[in-house]
Amino acid sequence: MSQTATASGISPEVTASSDASLRRERIIELVQRQGALAVLAIVVVVGVVAFDSFRTGDNAATILISAAPPALIALGMTFVIVSGGIDLSVGSLYVLGGVLAAWASQYGTWAAFALPLVVCGAFGLVQGLVIAYARLAPFIVTLAGLLGARGLMLALSDEGGDTYLVKTDAFKHFGTGELFGVGYPVYLVVALFAAGMLLLYRSRFGQSVYAIGGSEDAARLMGVRIHGTQIRVYVLSGLLAGLAGSINAARLGSGVTVLGTGMELDAIAAVVIGGTLLTGGAGTIGGTIAGVLLLQVIQNLINQIGTVTSAWQTVISGAFIALVVVAQTYLARLRRVAPG
Amino acid sequence: MTSLTLGGVDSAKLRRLLPAYGVYVAIAVLVVFNIFFTDNFLEWRNLRIQLVQVTPVVIVALGMALVIGTEGIDMSVGSVMALGAALIPLYLGYGVVPAIILALVGGLAIGLINGGLVAFVGLQPIVATLALLVAGRGIALVLSSGRYKDIRDKNFLAIGTDDLFGVPYTVWIAGVLAVIVGFVVRRTVFGRRLLAVGDNRPAAVLAGVPVKRVLVTVYVIAAILAAIAGVVQVSRIGSADASRIGLLIELSAITAVVVGGTPLTGGKIRVLGTVAGAFLMQLLTATMIANNLKDSTAQMVQAVIILVAVYAARERRTR
Repeated sequence: MSQTATASGISPEVTASSDASLRRERIIELVQRQGALAVLAIVVVVGVVAFDSFRTGDNAATILISAAPPALIALGMTFVIVSGGIDLSVGSLYVLGGVLAAWASQYGTWAAFALPLVVCGAFGLVQGLVIAYARLAPFIVTLAGLLGARGLMLALSDEGGDTYLVKTDAFKHFGTGELFGVGYPVYLVVALFAAGMLLLYRSRFGQSVYAIGGSEDAARLMGVRIHGTQIRVYVLSGLLAGLAGSINAARLGSGVTVLGTGMELDAIAAVVIGGTLLTGGAGTIGGTIAGVLLLQVIQNLINQIGTVTSAWQTVISGAFIALVVVAQTYLARLRRVAPG
Repeated sequence: MTSLTLGGVDSAKLRRLLPAYGVYVAIAVLVVFNIFFTDNFLEWRNLRIQLVQVTPVVIVALGMALVIGTEGIDMSVGSVMALGAALIPLYLGYGVVPAIILALVGGLAIGLINGGLVAFVGLQPIVATLALLVAGRGIALVLSSGRYKDIRDKNFLAIGTDDLFGVPYTVWIAGVLAVIVGFVVRRTVFGRRLLAVGDNRPAAVLAGVPVKRVLVTVYVIAAILAAIAGVVQVSRIGSADASRIGLLIELSAITAVVVGGTPLTGGKIRVLGTVAGAFLMQLLTATMIANNLKDSTAQMVQAVIILVAVYAARERRTR
């Protein structure tokens, strides 16, 4: 940097000050990108020091397995948010996926995986089509999707009264079995995150997602297929929510109808905490992993303390989300101001 | 030439009028349908139930209309309702009026946070109010220790059960609030400023509109209205259950506003349309339930109607 500056004949003082501002910008960027990881490290260290029961391998396995479904939803949400949208329907699709998986398990393990994927994927497809072609705001479309998916789930489960039990042992085994002390679903989730990273960072589709999130007009002028990208993003989000639902059904051994309210908020929170800007066009999957784990570890620590009621947990997580989002906004603003 | 464009003008006119007045047509159609197919529909007892059931949604939707008029959205209204509801049994010992005032103060506090996050921090309204959706219900649950509370104060329950000139108090409250909101939007400086902020924010800034103050005020009003809706709801059902009151009401309120012809893009508010939108959704649900359709079906139909209404509103903007 200083070489190019002296070569172009800029005085040393200017170089120094621009170096300083560059450094400042880098630090801000680092905090914004890796803040979640840093906080996660701190929280884990605190947990390890403070609670004997926290540092057991069993507890770590518990954290990982309970993080599996929310992590999948957050992965889909990362794509959606990077593309400049939002998906509020995932909580309902997650429950719908669970009910469908439990019902379909009577036809075998593959059916239990396939049916939620097909239905939730189709749901995402419809939402994507409406968002792309009718040009309606993603939040209103997916809010209607939240209602519609919930209605569908209630219709399938006799207004929430029927709880389907998982009939196939193989499917149940997938949810509860372990390899090296860690549940099978965790391996699936890790593999999907790796695939997600390849897709977002290394594929044409991933680059289109960044492009339309950064500036839709600019993306259009560059020849990016806006509609196709948007539709695929919402299909992906629906598929992952459905898969998360079937994993949960396999774990619990039934399609529970009362879960899932607020899952979309947790997913959005995890993505935002991970440094992805809600304005779209920027964000990382690594950050989302840190965000999901951070929320899970905090939840786990609150349980370890034991005296915090679930009501306070809600207050804490709400305040935490607000705090992180405010911090992110300020950091983003600082970055924009810094170079000038 | 004239004869050719005539057809075009008519369809353009129809397209313009449909989002604004379609809600009244839809209500008329539903009413006619019910007169023929639903037993006892026109009995005062039934109409009274419909009126009483729709009041919380109307009150919340009025505030939502103001927020949407500024090109914002308030997802936290359901939690604010729960907070207002949770505060009532705590302070009813000091009398009805102090309890209600404290419930409204609770709403005011949440509104200030919402407005502050949107106006001063510059968060997107949906994110700021989502955080308060989570935290607000948490606070309500903390205040009520997560317990369901019965209310036995007769004076307070009278708000929900008694009539004035044959019409329930709660309906009067909603009616008066609707008139006030309508007056504020149409006839006051604040109303003009609010619409200016929603229509074109940079222009509003240049025109000297105190944008931040207007935004904070709007979110405070929306939250106070939501708290009033919570109080009304508690007085009607005679108990405060912080975990259930106001669940998903933000959806009903947004639907009412949008169906009533207020565009989500801000700068225009239809107060009467909002009230009509709330009535339409209530009538629709009641019609479906009266004709033995299940709640789940009702939800799916609602989802479709939201999309159609928003789509219709979008058409008008682009023409």
